[in-house]
Amino acid sequence: MRFIIAGLMAGLLFGVGLAVSGMTDPHIVLGFLDVAGDWNPALALVMIGALAVATPGYRLIFKRGRPLWADSFALPTAKIIDWRLMIGAALFGTGWGLSGYCPGPALSALSALWPGTLVFVVATGVGLVVAKGLIPSSFNNVLTRKRPSDAGRARLRPWLRAHRRAGPPSPPDTGTVSLL
Amino acid sequence: MSWIPSLVGGLLIGSAAVLLMALCGRIAGISGILGAVLWPSAGFEPWRLAFLVGLVAAAPLVTLGSGVTPLKPPEGSVAWLATAGLLVGLGTGLSGGCTSGHGVCGLARWSPRSLAATLTFMTFGFLTVFIVRHGL
Repeated sequence: MRFIIAGLMAGLLFGVGLAVSGMTDPHIVLGFLDVAGDWNPALALVMIGALAVATPGYRLIFKRGRPLWADSFALPTAKIIDWRLMIGAALFGTGWGLSGYCPGPALSALSALWPGTLVFVVATGVGLVVAKGLIPSSFNNVLTRKRPSDAGRARLRPWLRAHRRAGPPSPPDTGTVSLL
Repeated sequence: MSWIPSLVGGLLIGSAAVLLMALCGRIAGISGILGAVLWPSAGFEPWRLAFLVGLVAAAPLVTLGSGVTPLKPPEGSVAWLATAGLLVGLGTGLSGGCTSGHGVCGLARWSPRSLAATLTFMTFGFLTVFIVRHGL
């Protein structure tokens, strides 16, 4: 229950922040991304403001060792900058530049019930589910032609064992009639 | 343009991220929260739904308080926005974060992955708008 209250409060605060900062207007976001046009630095100021609070805030919280209402922090464990990260970020940036929407502002505008916003959010949901559910993490191996993962080798092992037991494949039967 | 509302809004967004980390030890990344609600691979956690409810409810509450809606409609046809949304969903799902998860929370905890992702999506955002608005 405490988690639900915290989630609701954080969501509200986040949404009010987006509204106050003007990020709920896609034109302002596109104005930031349009460096060759009439550049609008608003988004940079929003990020500076957010980081000015979050960077020292996180530092203090992590120094304390654990969150107030939970036993431990749930932080991302991935450390490697891989193709999944870079291709994903490139696709995201492209969609962001086409629309002026990233997930936060799009969700926060749902209450207006504009067809464009609704369609954007549904499509974002579809994309997220496809990425998380259908594109496996071995996606990186396909791109870099890395050796199969431990899990992949474990899957191959029974097949290899059966193959070894059967011995090398017998040479094709060329028949007894040889013209040589 | 006045830069004070942008900065204050940013402070509020940062506070939301700090609040969630201080109380629950969680990252306030919108795409991560939305993705985990739609595809709860590690189990459904109701606080995420509560976060999304708060996020959606904020704009009507701001309208109620100030008398002016902060929302402006997006540009482009429905097909255009569907394409953009699909790219945003696929991209944030693959890279594991968006402007909030990588751009705010990730940078705030000095994550090299988040720095790489943020520089990449910013660059592609700049390039896309340049091509759409000014041509190649």
